[in-house]
Amino acid sequence: MGRGRTDATVPVGKGEGRPRSALPVGLCPVRPQEVTAFLFVLPAVLLIGGLVAYPFLYALSLSLTSKQAGVAAQFIGLRNFTDLMHGEIFRRTVRNSLLFTGVAVVFKTVLGLGLALLLRRAARGRRVIRGMVLLPWVVPSTLSVLGWWWMFDPLSGVVNLGLSKLGLIHERIPWLSDPFWAMVAVIIVNVWRGLPFFGISFLAGLVSIPEELYEAAQIDGAGKVACFARITVPMLRPVLGVIILYSIIMTVSDFNIVYVLTRGGPMNSTHLFATFAYEMGLASGDIGKGAAISLFIFPFLAAVAFLQLRITRGQTQ
Amino acid sequence: MMSLRRHRGSISAYAGLLPYLGFALFPFYWMLLTSLRKNAEIYDVGNLSFLVQKGATLQHYVFLLTRTQFPVWFWNTLVVSIVATALSVFISIAAAYGLVRIPFRGSSFFSIGIFITYLVPPTLLFIPLSRVVTTLGLSDSRLSLIVTYPTFVVPFCTWLLMSYFATIPKELEECAIVDGATRMQVLCRIVLPVAMPGVVTATLFSFTLAWGEFIYALTFISSGTHKTLTAGTVAELIRGDVFYWGPLMAGALLASVPVIIAYGFLMDYYVSGLVAGATKY
Repeated sequence: MGRGRTDATVPVGKGEGRPRSALPVGLCPVRPQEVTAFLFVLPAVLLIGGLVAYPFLYALSLSLTSKQAGVAAQFIGLRNFTDLMHGEIFRRTVRNSLLFTGVAVVFKTVLGLGLALLLRRAARGRRVIRGMVLLPWVVPSTLSVLGWWWMFDPLSGVVNLGLSKLGLIHERIPWLSDPFWAMVAVIIVNVWRGLPFFGISFLAGLVSIPEELYEAAQIDGAGKVACFARITVPMLRPVLGVIILYSIIMTVSDFNIVYVLTRGGPMNSTHLFATFAYEMGLASGDIGKGAAISLFIFPFLAAVAFLQLRITRGQTQ
Repeated sequence: MMSLRRHRGSISAYAGLLPYLGFALFPFYWMLLTSLRKNAEIYDVGNLSFLVQKGATLQHYVFLLTRTQFPVWFWNTLVVSIVATALSVFISIAAAYGLVRIPFRGSSFFSIGIFITYLVPPTLLFIPLSRVVTTLGLSDSRLSLIVTYPTFVVPFCTWLLMSYFATIPKELEECAIVDGATRMQVLCRIVLPVAMPGVVTATLFSFTLAWGEFIYALTFISSGTHKTLTAGTVAELIRGDVFYWGPLMAGALLASVPVIIAYGFLMDYYVSGLVAGATKY
């Protein structure tokens, strides 16, 4: 990167009423302030170019090779991808990622909306309540998930002890050692961790809805349900869209929760893209295949970025 | 803003919030309880209580601080977080100012680039990045983290600061420039003082993100003495030994303390930053 600052081939920003040169765009002389601007932006460009864009291209090229740890890379075309598609573990990983993301995001959205509505009505002690509600989002997930790991311990974990004391279960639930329950546990923890972000963001969206709308609706005889369906939801739409999209990319790429709770087990049944990529690329040393697995996160990123930009444009227009 | 709607039925709101609070806080309470209990009580299977019954003990904390490398990881995390944060905030301020306040060809292209990078999850790039780190001769060093953490911090902070800078009236700057001030002087003397809340928020987020980062630390660092808290606690404190829940919970809590303190003092900044990602464009 770091192409010269005289490079005039970059796309033209939307003119903001500044004086335009008579020359065609590509031949415009570089204005002094453009040099200044580029100097300001340069460190960020170097960083993103060198440690984000280049690694991404490098991942693409690695994924087309049979690169193993300590062995030279050999070009093998799309073999990594076709091998993965035919592998049972990878197919399971894809299903897990979709299930994990879908279920967790739905729960976070619904519960988050409930949380925001409640927080809005609880005026007293709002700061303290908000502070406590946010804690799961603030504490590094790797560390708090260690607590969940202990809570899910089948023998002495508080979850099983509590449930059986309450008479809800008669035999211990094999959290983390049974594929189904392990997936349930991983989803619960993801919802726990992400819920505050949804709740607080939705709350910010809620308080920005003008109170007059509700007052007018009440005068017209609208009930609570009608107000929610006709005012709250439509007004909250942009925030809902942005938060859900952002959460989709962060949930589908999650590593910490699964790594700490299950390491992808039992028998590789709870892997997500990131944990399987780690397992394959670093633990087993099959770097080419690991890079290929990671790249499956990219379509989600592309879709989310595209939709986010559309929402953003819609708002600024 | 205090309308009638908000007060009516607020008791039901508090009642409704109780399960949420229980769900959010119980894991931390349970971790604290475990970290203060004696092993005999931790492993007393079948006896469920929500208090310390057989006398509280600090033995797990003492063990953690004297018999493990926890203090070293703490120091490493502090160094990495502070340096990476300083670096990131510096880069972000410059980029945000350049993008928002100085018109130049390509600024919208770069802005979109920053936004897309903000969405890139670290798990997409950790494998090629670990190769890059090795090529640069940085593997197994704290420097590898200091160099790579800005990749996920800078896009967020730049995006955040752009929205703060955009709200400052341009006239202030234009007067100064007419009077012969350089862009750097304008940034430092006029823009930054006004945008201080944004800078504090960016710093807080950088620090929190760097402190809790896991996958890069796990991937790039191999020797125990160079590890950070997250990677060290997960990779080194979990042993085959049976009596480890106490120190593990003590470690997870102690490692979270600086983040919780920073957050406790600066919660309003934190919330404004959190919400900015969602609502400010």
